[in-house]
Amino acid sequence: MPEARVIPLRPDDEQPTPPQAEPSWDEQLAGGLEFLRRRLTGEYDTDEFGFDPDLTDHVLLPGLRPWFHRWFRVETQGLEHVPDVGGALVVANHSGTVPVDALMATVALHDEHPSARRLRLLGADLVFQVPFIGSLARKLGVTLACNEDAERLLSSGEVVGVFPEGFKGVGKPFHERYTLQRFGRGGFVSAALRTGTPIVPCAIVGAEEIYPMIGNARTAARLLGLPYFPITPTFPLLGPLGAVPLPSKWFIAFGEPIETASYGPAAADDPMTVFNLTDQVRETIQHSLYRLLLQRRSVFS
Amino acid sequence: MPPAVVLVTGVSRWLGGALAAELAADPAIDRVIGVDTVPPAPEVLRRLGRTEFVRADIRSPLIGKVIESASVDTVVHMNISATPAGAGGRVSMKELNVIGTMQLLAACQRSPQVRRLVLKSTSAVYGASSRDPAVFTETMQARRVPGGGFAKDSLDIESYVRSFARHRPDVGVAVLRFTNLIGPRIDSLLSGFLRMPVVPTALGYDARVQLLHEDDAVAVLRQAAMGDFVGTVNVGAAGTVLLSQAIRRLGRVALPVPEVAMGSLGRLTRRGALVDWSPEQMRFLNFGRVVDTRVLREEFGYRPRYTTGEALADYARTVPPVVDPQLVAEVTGTARSAVGRVAGGITAVQGLLGDRRRAAPPVPGLRAVRDA
Repeated sequence: MPEARVIPLRPDDEQPTPPQAEPSWDEQLAGGLEFLRRRLTGEYDTDEFGFDPDLTDHVLLPGLRPWFHRWFRVETQGLEHVPDVGGALVVANHSGTVPVDALMATVALHDEHPSARRLRLLGADLVFQVPFIGSLARKLGVTLACNEDAERLLSSGEVVGVFPEGFKGVGKPFHERYTLQRFGRGGFVSAALRTGTPIVPCAIVGAEEIYPMIGNARTAARLLGLPYFPITPTFPLLGPLGAVPLPSKWFIAFGEPIETASYGPAAADDPMTVFNLTDQVRETIQHSLYRLLLQRRSVFS
Repeated sequence: MPPAVVLVTGVSRWLGGALAAELAADPAIDRVIGVDTVPPAPEVLRRLGRTEFVRADIRSPLIGKVIESASVDTVVHMNISATPAGAGGRVSMKELNVIGTMQLLAACQRSPQVRRLVLKSTSAVYGASSRDPAVFTETMQARRVPGGGFAKDSLDIESYVRSFARHRPDVGVAVLRFTNLIGPRIDSLLSGFLRMPVVPTALGYDARVQLLHEDDAVAVLRQAAMGDFVGTVNVGAAGTVLLSQAIRRLGRVALPVPEVAMGSLGRLTRRGALVDWSPEQMRFLNFGRVVDTRVLREEFGYRPRYTTGEALADYARTVPPVVDPQLVAEVTGTARSAVGRVAGGITAVQGLLGDRRRAAPPVPGLRAVRDA
């Protein structure tokens, strides 16, 4: 229900905060020049994971925002479930042939969360093997999906994003859309248990339809050393045009956090606890996927 | 109890010479014996003070006689060559590194006076690959075991030292895994590499680099020789930089080279005696390496005085930049003031044109319905 509008009767009583003015073109240009100077002289900071906040804030995130707002028209739900401070492990479903969902979740948490949390993603080693993509991923704050890195990030109070399905999820055929694949070996649960950080289940709807994978050219994949080589209705048929994702309507829903601190760090070595928690997270995500799918009217609106 | 007689191998290089000079300046130490295959350069020799220099190859049994006759109680082994050219080719480098260490350890094992051994090792033992965790602790091992060169030699040397420690449990053994050293005076791998005006880098990759200032390196080695820390410790400064960032801060020009061409380029520069580097260092340029230094700070008890950024800045004092940061600042500053002038001009013109283009005042959204 929309709330009733409060209209101040005496304008002097309450100074309405002026709307955030868009910086004028000359301010923007001056900011760009200052950015250029910093980049040319190396006067910016990067962390031990290779994360480059300067580049992320001024180039990478602005480049992703039009996709977030205009192309996929992402709607976020349940952002209050991601804590304002301290570590949290965001566990999400993976889909879409190309991991665009990870990038959109990064934008969602940075732009829409009240404390502008940075999502530190965990990526497969293949990501870091590929030139350009690997180094760019590190600059965006991605690091290798291994327990050492996850625990180091979580214990330093970062929000870590993980997609336990991995390539099985992102490269699954279109007819299997919105069915969760196996959740790895539960390494993410043991990382959360060891650091006592909450697990935030996250469901992403819409990413499955951006590149509907109707076939997998296994020979080409083997030649290129990739886990799969997608064939979509437009790729490789239309060449580079086929690389344009379909403009599906997206929802990113963060669920209620599952706390892990009460189990104690020793529980990380108890396989039963780890399996049970893994299943619980998986079920929660699957249910919110079904709920979101029922809510959405059509794929593109 | 401070050591009475210290033997330092590799004393003709900058770091070995600096450590020997530092120890020789300490009156608590009776004798400092420096060993190397080549005599130290005159400027190193001047600083060495009362250090006694023995020109000996640690591959020969002569080293055993020195240890025996001088009743050495502390051995600091740092004569490990990182690049083939310094040792006269890969074969002789491996021989000096591995066989030399074996000879030295054999001599130490024989001598009952030896009660402390310090090994200057390297963080290169962790390798460098796309499967690496971002930060290595002492308990981790290389995800992809280095196949050859300096890292393989260092792995072998560390395993010999561990076996020595098993045979002589009365000897305190400290293994120091150093990150890349840098500073105004030291001649290290990276200091030579970054001194080139155009620095080749791996196209599409950007390594994370953790450095250690030369003064901190000497201080850590001294503390390891004098103290009683036993075990393995990573030695590196706080913070990291990306290789591209380091190149920019030094005002160098990066030359991204495709991975396939890196090998031949390396051979070319090596032959031209420009810089001395090897294929494994190129792998390092792809992925870089960062180590955790909690043990250094909390258990070993040393906090490096320079961070990686500060060490780089101190080194930058000695390398005149090719791309001057002041020039960059001037150019962007001029462009900014030009933008400001243009913007000011446009505002003035708009002011002259009058209020015609000014937007109408916003209409209040809600209004009371007028009484009839």
